[in-house]
Amino acid sequence: MTYLAKPKFHHPGLPKNELGYTHRDYEGKVSTLCAGCGHDSITASIIQACFDLAIEPHRVAKISGIGCSSKTPDYFLGNSHGFNTVHGRMPSVLTGANLANRDLIYLGVSGDGDSASIGLGQFAHCLRRGVNMTYIVENNGVYGLTKGQFSATADRGSKSKRGVINTDNSIDMVAMALQLGATFVARSFSGDKAQLVPIIKAAIAHQGAAFIDVISPCIAFNNHAGSTKSFDFVREHNEAVSKLDFISPRMPIEISQEAGTVEIVEQHDGSKIALRKLAADYDLHDRTAALGFLQHHAAKGQVVTGLLFVEKEAEDLHTHLHTVDTPLNALGTEELCPGSAALDAFNASMR
Amino acid sequence: MPTAAPISRINDFVVRFANVNGSGSASANEMFARAILRMGEPVAPRNIFPSNIQGLPTWYEVRVSEEGHLGARGGTDLMVAMNPQTFDKDIAGIEPGGYLLYDSTKPYPPSKFRDDITVIGVPLTAICNREYTDPRQRQLFKNIIYIGVLTALLDMDVAAVEQLIAEQYKGKDKLIGPNVKALHIGRDYAILNLAHPIGLRLRKADKVGDKIFVEGNSAAALGAVYGGATVCAWYPITPSSSLADAFTKWCAKYRVDPETKKAKYAIVQAEDELASIGMVIGAAWNGARAFTATSGPGISLMQEFIGLGYFAEIPAVLFNVQRAGPSTGMPTRTQQCDLTSCAYASHGDTKHVMLFPENPAEAFEMGAQAFDLADRLQTPVFVMLDLEIGMNHHLCRPLKWDDSRSYDRGKVMTYEDLEAGKDFGRYLDVDGDGIPYRTYPGTHPTKGSFFTRGTSRDRYARYTEEGPLYVDNMQRLLRKFETAKDLVPKPLTANAAKPSKYGVIYIGSTAPAMDEAIHMIEARGHAVDRMRVRGFPFHSSVNSFVADHDFVFVVEQNRDAQLRSLIVNECGIDPVRLVPILHFDGTPITARFIARAIGDHLDQMTMKPAKVTS
Repeated sequence: MTYLAKPKFHHPGLPKNELGYTHRDYEGKVSTLCAGCGHDSITASIIQACFDLAIEPHRVAKISGIGCSSKTPDYFLGNSHGFNTVHGRMPSVLTGANLANRDLIYLGVSGDGDSASIGLGQFAHCLRRGVNMTYIVENNGVYGLTKGQFSATADRGSKSKRGVINTDNSIDMVAMALQLGATFVARSFSGDKAQLVPIIKAAIAHQGAAFIDVISPCIAFNNHAGSTKSFDFVREHNEAVSKLDFISPRMPIEISQEAGTVEIVEQHDGSKIALRKLAADYDLHDRTAALGFLQHHAAKGQVVTGLLFVEKEAEDLHTHLHTVDTPLNALGTEELCPGSAALDAFNASMR
Repeated sequence: MPTAAPISRINDFVVRFANVNGSGSASANEMFARAILRMGEPVAPRNIFPSNIQGLPTWYEVRVSEEGHLGARGGTDLMVAMNPQTFDKDIAGIEPGGYLLYDSTKPYPPSKFRDDITVIGVPLTAICNREYTDPRQRQLFKNIIYIGVLTALLDMDVAAVEQLIAEQYKGKDKLIGPNVKALHIGRDYAILNLAHPIGLRLRKADKVGDKIFVEGNSAAALGAVYGGATVCAWYPITPSSSLADAFTKWCAKYRVDPETKKAKYAIVQAEDELASIGMVIGAAWNGARAFTATSGPGISLMQEFIGLGYFAEIPAVLFNVQRAGPSTGMPTRTQQCDLTSCAYASHGDTKHVMLFPENPAEAFEMGAQAFDLADRLQTPVFVMLDLEIGMNHHLCRPLKWDDSRSYDRGKVMTYEDLEAGKDFGRYLDVDGDGIPYRTYPGTHPTKGSFFTRGTSRDRYARYTEEGPLYVDNMQRLLRKFETAKDLVPKPLTANAAKPSKYGVIYIGSTAPAMDEAIHMIEARGHAVDRMRVRGFPFHSSVNSFVADHDFVFVVEQNRDAQLRSLIVNECGIDPVRLVPILHFDGTPITARFIARAIGDHLDQMTMKPAKVTS
């Protein structure tokens, strides 16, 4: 139950990060999701990524919509403020929050129903605007809380647990994110923590709109034969384009022995991504080619995962709006109110 | 000679211009109104326009009133009929004894006109065709030429118009000469060919004083700047778009850091109203002052988020510039028709704070105050404007600001408070006023964080579906609403000269018409006490005002007596004692309408039985 606190004691020998926090300091309440849910693995990856990055937990704002995935912000970063908003509207709330304080880290958590169906519009527009955030869709192709209806990311031809075949075309959120101008686009699999954790770390370090589609099988309603979002199906059809390591600005760069195949991508904040390409012809900075690559592999029934696109010179909404460096929520009467003298002049101009 | 005696009045009449939308008439007509103001004479102009960019009929009405009656009066004394589409209807709207100015280039049969008005023909098209070759110039200067004709007909101060032309085209100086020339072409024609001045005349006065002439939306936006709004998210919708436009303009003027040239504000045109209110709620949750500007259809779309704002207790300011509904309704016509949809917006049990400004000066004050109230009460606050206030220029008192005033950010726990060990429960009523403390995200590494949600929670923001805890929270929200009654602007009352058993309650843009109507009602021998309600939830004085009178008229601009319903519902008053006076045809309510409706009621109530003679 979410209102049950976890026991506070922990092993004294737990490793600490640079800030002196242990892994436990990044945890939240006990999950109420089904045992074996892919979403809990993503939660664990978020916790790992934040621990590794030595982020101060309270400097993260966790914002979600409605659904199984949107419950998860309660299960990580217990010392962060969280906001479980309304169905499909996480992006607008996150955008507003980001405008109010540009200094926090914004983590948007959503699901395929929340982002691809009811919230498709807001998903699209927050990426268009380049809101500086990490937007994670925990994608299981199904409505879990309402017991197993197809979502808009369910593949055409896939079979529901009740035996119904989906006849609608599916929405590929990664392809959309690329087309809409997201400056960091990745896909991963909840069952592949080794791939997911560095992707989340790199996304958090990215100073722009970062989108991660994480395929996350629903153990209760979408893990059967005939589903294209089951553990087995994704494992069998996973086509990883890259393996990456995230290198924080504070860490020395260690190029692995396969130096010839490693590309180092430097981000605005000084962090670096060491990327080992698995698909030799893949260009990480070519939006058009990424789209083609995706569609080519989708036609073959393959699920492409990995970091798919990064824009080297990403800009965010604050850059576009030319806002002051001080967070807007820290400005007071003195900075904001023009005062009576200006009002007298205003009155005079209105006569 | 007309069959009715021509109207003869100085500084007290209504001129109405009938034009075609997109013909460039608006700026010429506004110049006419401003010129009268410069003569020291109060005017109330109104734009009556279609939901259209070009081609449909549009009217501009200028009421001149030395008495300072600035509500719509009804009827037209001088019609400047420049639109053949509406010619017959425009002529029908002239008061007996009134005047018609029309373009006589193409002759009309006498049957087109009425015999109880003075008909004044000027061959405007012929004059323009003679003077100008460029079709666009012919159209634009025609507007200035008829203003020139009016300066002669009404005995206006032509220097005031020339001065306004110079001000309007400052920086585009080569346009000044041709406009002044066009003005004099019209004026000279009238002087040479027409009987002038007519019975309606303007005379210099000293009745304007230090008043300002400003649109409600513009003033409300300036109120948001003064009130400390930093985030504005909006979606274009008539009649509220000009509020967001004005906020953008005032921010560019007042909110750019002089050194870095960076913006101390963020304005986002959202993809729809759901996103607008979502951004506002996100920003306000994160400690910025945020607002949206919208109209009825936008409010309908925002319902779910408004409920979240109420239940999760997020400050948010919504400027609702009301227009006639339901559905798309009449998008360019005014009403006060969103009172219930705002008061009880969203599913479940909800109640919201509303403010009712009467004019731009109050739109400014309440526009700023709304942010203090939203922060203090941690709830959405609606500033209820309407098209009449928002999109017309109004002559009103100058705006004032007290420099000693600082923003009331409400109950916010700081790092120091948390560090000092203060007990933080997000939904804990520590002061008994129903208002809990909140923290901004990012305040403290280990204390004060909480999870905000639209689901039920206990006093420490922990998810719960326990009945008693849910009820406890809902009751506290009612306590908070009770607290709001004394925080919103109090009603203003004006008692009749003699004690009266009758009262009248009204809000917002009804005020100028009501203030004028009261004299007309008194002239019929009746006395009525007045109360202008300025905030919701209603202050306790609303209950006592009703209690102190046998009957209270509730004057409002909608079909369903929404204000009356709110009073009945919130004050527990017997509906029989509240007499609805309803105006909802989309035009602003007039003094004549109110005086007739209330006067007729009172005539009946006070009628003495006729003597029976056998």
